[in-house]
Amino acid sequence: MLGETCPRGKSRASPFYSGALKILIFLLLGHARRVFSVSSHLAARKHISFEYKDDVAVIRFNDPSSKVNKQSLQLHELADVLGDIWLYRSSKSVVLISGKPGCFLAGADSNMLQSCATSEEVTSLCEEAQKLFRRIEQSRVPIVAAIHGSCLSRGLELATACHYRIATKSKETVLGTPEVMLGLLPGAGGTQRLPKMVGVLGAFDMLLSGKNITADEAKKMGLVDQLVDPLGPGLKSPEERTMEYLEEVAVGVAYELANKKIPLTREKKLWDAVTGLGPVRKIIYSTVTKRVQKQTKNLYPAPFQIIECVKTGIEHGSDAGYLAEAQSFGKLVRTSESKALIGLHHGRLLCKKNRFGPPEKEVKKLAILGAGLMGAGIAQVSVDKGLTSILKDTTEDAISKGYEKVYKSFDTKVKKTAMTSFERDAFMSNLSIQTDYSGFESADMVIEAVFEDLNIKHQVLKEVEAVTPPHCIFATNTSALPVRDIAAASKRPEKVIGIHYFSPVDKMQLVEIVTTDKTSKDTLGAAVSMALKQGKIVVTVKDGPGFYTTRCMGCLLMESLRLLQEGVTATKSDFLATSFGFNVGPFTVIDEVGVDIGLHISEMLCKAFGSRYEGGSLEIFKTMLEKGLKGCKSGKGFFLYGKTKSVNPEVEEILKNHQVTAPSAISSEYDMQYRLLSRCINESLMCLQEGIIQSPLEGDIGAVFGYGFPPMHGGPFRFVDTFGAERLVSLMKRFEDVYGNQFTPCQLLLDHTKDPSKKFYQSSPSPLQY
Amino acid sequence: IVLVEGVRTPFLLSGTTYADLMPHDLARAALQGLLKRTGIPKDAVDYIIYGTVVQEVKTSNVAREAALGAGFSDKIPAHTVTMACISANQAMTSGVGLIAAGQCDAVVAGGVEFMSDVPIRHSRKMRKTMLSLNKAKTLGQRLSLIGSIRLAHLSPELPAVAEFSTAETMGHSADRLAAAFGVSRVEQDEFAVRSHTLAKKAQDEGLLQDVISFKVPGRDIVSKDNGIRPSSMEQMGKLKPAFVKPHGTVTAANSSFMTDGASAVLVMSEEKALAMGYKPKAYLRDFVYVSQDPKDQLLLGPTYATPKVLERAGLSMSDIDVFEFHEAFAGQIMANLKAMDSDWFAQTYMGRKSKVGTPAMEKFNLWGGSLSLGHPFGATGCRLATTVANRLKKEGGQYGLIAACAAGGQGHAMVIEAYPQ
Repeated sequence: MLGETCPRGKSRASPFYSGALKILIFLLLGHARRVFSVSSHLAARKHISFEYKDDVAVIRFNDPSSKVNKQSLQLHELADVLGDIWLYRSSKSVVLISGKPGCFLAGADSNMLQSCATSEEVTSLCEEAQKLFRRIEQSRVPIVAAIHGSCLSRGLELATACHYRIATKSKETVLGTPEVMLGLLPGAGGTQRLPKMVGVLGAFDMLLSGKNITADEAKKMGLVDQLVDPLGPGLKSPEERTMEYLEEVAVGVAYELANKKIPLTREKKLWDAVTGLGPVRKIIYSTVTKRVQKQTKNLYPAPFQIIECVKTGIEHGSDAGYLAEAQSFGKLVRTSESKALIGLHHGRLLCKKNRFGPPEKEVKKLAILGAGLMGAGIAQVSVDKGLTSILKDTTEDAISKGYEKVYKSFDTKVKKTAMTSFERDAFMSNLSIQTDYSGFESADMVIEAVFEDLNIKHQVLKEVEAVTPPHCIFATNTSALPVRDIAAASKRPEKVIGIHYFSPVDKMQLVEIVTTDKTSKDTLGAAVSMALKQGKIVVTVKDGPGFYTTRCMGCLLMESLRLLQEGVTATKSDFLATSFGFNVGPFTVIDEVGVDIGLHISEMLCKAFGSRYEGGSLEIFKTMLEKGLKGCKSGKGFFLYGKTKSVNPEVEEILKNHQVTAPSAISSEYDMQYRLLSRCINESLMCLQEGIIQSPLEGDIGAVFGYGFPPMHGGPFRFVDTFGAERLVSLMKRFEDVYGNQFTPCQLLLDHTKDPSKKFYQSSPSPLQY
Repeated sequence: IVLVEGVRTPFLLSGTTYADLMPHDLARAALQGLLKRTGIPKDAVDYIIYGTVVQEVKTSNVAREAALGAGFSDKIPAHTVTMACISANQAMTSGVGLIAAGQCDAVVAGGVEFMSDVPIRHSRKMRKTMLSLNKAKTLGQRLSLIGSIRLAHLSPELPAVAEFSTAETMGHSADRLAAAFGVSRVEQDEFAVRSHTLAKKAQDEGLLQDVISFKVPGRDIVSKDNGIRPSSMEQMGKLKPAFVKPHGTVTAANSSFMTDGASAVLVMSEEKALAMGYKPKAYLRDFVYVSQDPKDQLLLGPTYATPKVLERAGLSMSDIDVFEFHEAFAGQIMANLKAMDSDWFAQTYMGRKSKVGTPAMEKFNLWGGSLSLGHPFGATGCRLATTVANRLKKEGGQYGLIAACAAGGQGHAMVIEAYPQ
């Protein structure tokens, strides 16, 4: 076996090549450029190492500076190494593998992309990668990709360009093309190769959803050819040995590929053959386009570009397809949508880190008060992370229902084979349901999710403090009550904190962690660490009415209520919001949250902020409640929930008593949309101004993941940057003329109008906003 | 506490001569063989314990049915234990416990497994419907229940040699274990050939004295194990992997096979044995049970149990003259040997300061093992103990060690000492 220091296979190859022959081969293969670059790159190769195992060259990616293998530098080095192998025929086959257990090759480097000045530059970067991958695809020397860990974006594109793919069945192994989630598309042949590999439908599914695919699924789809089981303890650590084993198997396969014992041609599946027929393809394109239109409301350009690239490749040949792909990628990188989505991606990663350091005592035992939807949801995301959890409520019936909810959520996963029944049972064994306070003496944290009433909260707090140890943290899951008011009843206010979960807890990624002046740093650290363990994105905010998300969402609701009075239907109001990119409209939100809770929170916020917070009349809510229209929980609210959702005529009736005339100057669809939007943006900025939130980045993450601010705008702060503070202020001034102080721009926004160069985000999405 | 005698029926590939029997028939044969060989009066035994894994539903306490059928006094209580491949070991050590606690003086322990017939059940839906049918009162109710039966209800449920907790078959786990310890296909094949060759030699030389002849009703007299097939490395190499495909290393030929068979031993307090005029074969000394991760360390029982039992007995590896390890898979044995030879493994996973060391191969499974003789799950434990006793006698050693792995990630080891001649 020859090691890394072997002079690039010469020891075995040199007898065959005289100087003249070498030159001839260079000319034939068109690699003359390499002649001069060989030695310099040998010295510079940092991210790739390789060795020969008999006739198989094993190439390992290992980026010394990062946890994941970034593609940018490695591809250059890969091109060099492969170039030499092709040139000198120094091996009969090649294995590509990572030197890092958790990652094959992931992520296009978005910072690098953003640093390109023009879309042409980006396009040419794509073309370079495309070219390399096409040469890999056409290589006469078979190349095997051995995949353990994440194989995403460029990684997947590289793997699919190889001739054979072997993946470990590890949970860490995921394949996918998540570019669409960043407003991009796979720019190195992904849109061209996937349709050939997994069929048009499979390719659209992967490309448009960006979802992660497990190794098992990938095998079924034909995305990988062979699976390798992860190994347990042996003479080395499981991770290390699994990588070795994967390499051994891959080398074996590479050897057999070279000796034609394994054929390189694949059987075509009948289904793929059918969907490959001309007329069928046409139907697929149009159906997929329609579905994308419906889902994205034409607000995201990337999915359409993806469809177009796939279509071009299939209908007009690979060359046209590759060109379209590279050009589209270049264009997409420059779009504000992509910038916003990439910004959110970075922000999300930052909010998944604990910047307060590890707490003195990690929370291991949790007690949750209230086994309702919230309480059970919190239990659900805790027990499967190994947190021992007590779920307490006052009645047998309530805790039984809570238990059932947690159990069902896991059992559904078991039925979908995403979890084994044994895992389910083990997780459930972490949950104890009870109606008394037994076991609280060893709890590290108590989270209360009881009714939003200060007196009840005080009573609960006192009961809990009487039975818990001094280090135990009391977290209140309130969405609007000021935490300091709750903490007022506490003997240990430094241990009181707010953790605002969103419903449904298992689906909503965000939590707002609310600190009072008295909350200690360690309490905060422990709460953040626990929320991160539960898989949440954490935004830390200062105490104040409605904190951050509730406060911003609240004023949007107040404004939509006014629209209702001005004769706009609930359906139309919802449409105004959703067509701007909100996930759901304001009235759907109120129905889901409950009209009673909506009223409760609105009243409280209006009281706290005075007239500038007001909008529509809260009497509408009150009358609705009198008639029992509580929203989804009572079956009807602003909408009726029969077979289809329709506007509730009872509400129409109520509205007759609350009608006001719409001011014609600001009632165009555009104006109405911006009335909704400018209020919640202004409120967000005000929160930063008041120090409720600490950074624009947290503000954006909170808005997008908390109340569904349109992701393609990246959040209120990025929106102001993109849209222009001045433009927004001039709109608001027009609204202010009619409605007064509710539309008065806050000082921070005004500051930004004075100096147009002032931005919340400096140039490209820098993660260093903190 | 002493082992007076141990016998077993010939171990046969399932589906061969024993095919038409029931599990308790096999156990009965072993019990009768023990009675015959020891000549112990049928009422001199205080207790009977049997181990079994795949249970015949009709004879769920197979110990009792076999004892009655073998002509033991109906005054002798009997119970059945199950602990996967170490069920017979559990039967024996339960007996040891009864004697040690002063409850009994003489216990018969054994094990039986019958893989020629396994309970294949109706699907859960079908069973539910059938049970409801029992309770249905009116014709209408019955008809509607019968009408609710769909084709899918009729697909049967087969038992599998798979872990319930991980749903992984044992062979698959063995293949992964072999890979984790870097055991090659050749090493496994070589060990399997060794096992068959040694078994053949032992059989030919008449060393397998624990085997009794068994007249199977309607068939011939069976007096030999029929799974012993020494073959060349070339033949072994031709087989395709059985579990992990296509790159696995565990094949049908280097794994133990489905076997029918039963075993029995007579365990007594030393005084009682001597009082009854027996010359015991061996002392049953210290034993341990261990358990670990059923997924990645499913078959590493011997690695964990061996150092622990040696420590208890105050012995070291070099004190042992006779090793009898249960061979579930050649790869499993090789992996265990490597694990026992690794300081890193001992320190990282077992919390020990250093490795226990590997058994010397010239003392190891010299009369064949489960790979060649066969492995009736519930019966193997007694075969191991009896073989150690017989080998100690034949080879003249003092200490013997048995060790075995079992489904569920469990393991067992026992030190056996030769009875002074």
